[in-house]
Amino acid sequence: MARIKVPRKSTAMDMTAMCDVAFLLLTFFILTAKLRQEDPLHVDVPPSTTVIPLPDDNVATLSVGKGKIFFGIEGTAVREALLDEMGKKYNIPFTAAEKKRFSVIPTFGVPIAQLQQYIALDEEKRKAFPQSGIPVDTTINNELTSWIYEARLVTKSLNNKDLRFAIKGDAREEYPAYKKVVDVLQKQAINKFDLITSLKTK
Amino acid sequence: MAELDTSGGGKKGGKIRSKKASTRIDLTAMVDLAFLLITFFIMTTTLAKPKAMDMFMPDKSKPEVQLPVPETRTMTLWLGSNSKIEWFVGKPGGSRPTIDNFGKDGIRKTLVEQNKKIEETHQGPDNFMIVLVKPSDKSTYKDFVNIIDEINIAGIKSYGVVDITPGEVAQLKKDGNY
Repeated sequence: MARIKVPRKSTAMDMTAMCDVAFLLLTFFILTAKLRQEDPLHVDVPPSTTVIPLPDDNVATLSVGKGKIFFGIEGTAVREALLDEMGKKYNIPFTAAEKKRFSVIPTFGVPIAQLQQYIALDEEKRKAFPQSGIPVDTTINNELTSWIYEARLVTKSLNNKDLRFAIKGDAREEYPAYKKVVDVLQKQAINKFDLITSLKTK
Repeated sequence: MAELDTSGGGKKGGKIRSKKASTRIDLTAMVDLAFLLITFFIMTTTLAKPKAMDMFMPDKSKPEVQLPVPETRTMTLWLGSNSKIEWFVGKPGGSRPTIDNFGKDGIRKTLVEQNKKIEETHQGPDNFMIVLVKPSDKSTYKDFVNIIDEINIAGIKSYGVVDITPGEVAQLKKDGNY
């Protein structure tokens, strides 16, 4: 009897299709990615069960922690226009280069008098810069109020959308610090805002 | 398949026959790398998306639109230090506030029970409970978020955040929660 020879099959597969898919996905993720940015103020957010995802655009974040308030806004064009308006308001002539540099700073917490000095630093030195937070008091004309007010105007004129506000508070922070920010918002008749929390299971 | 032919030219001296080289390359390493990068990008994008909780505050600029609230439907919560809560239903000073804490058997149970009780004892379409949250200066932001969260979990239709009065702080102090 003749022996039936089983032909040996190669174990190597055709990877072309797999490679195509992998790179397609990779391209998609790279294009949609928004890298996590390091916060200058470390904030430990409290957990909650009822959460909604925060929108990507037209959001200003107010971080509250260690008694300081930091301000951040999305969008490079908005940041540039905002600095321009703030410069006019406080009579600080920001140069075009400074505006450009400012447009890539996601969050900051320095008084406007120190802002030029802060912008001039490079990224590594900015981390070491002692940021004292944005000054806020009970009067109507404090710096935080101006930032919020100008940010709303700029967003409205550039994107024709209402600016949303998100408060990122530290869990251990005492309530009055948070209340201070809410009071500033409420003075401008902003009664709806988001509290950034982490997800907790019931 | 999938290997570049790297063997030498073949027989020496004989007829030089150009070997037909395979055009296929080994893609395994490339696929490995691609998936590694995909994993990295998935991790950094979806996890970075911040989550938020909606928060509404009463409009202070229009005091004339405030509705009269029946006291029997109102539950007042004071937030003290060390995550302690004091609550009472009805008129301030009417009954002694109960001291409670956070958690499943604490304030969550209380909110659900009181809500049910008020809905049973009141008539009409507006028989839901109204919760007034009064955080004291010694309460933390975490307690505040927690209590709003518990109110949302309990399905309380109407709540408000109000400033605490010195008289209420004095009561908290007396109970050792300030």
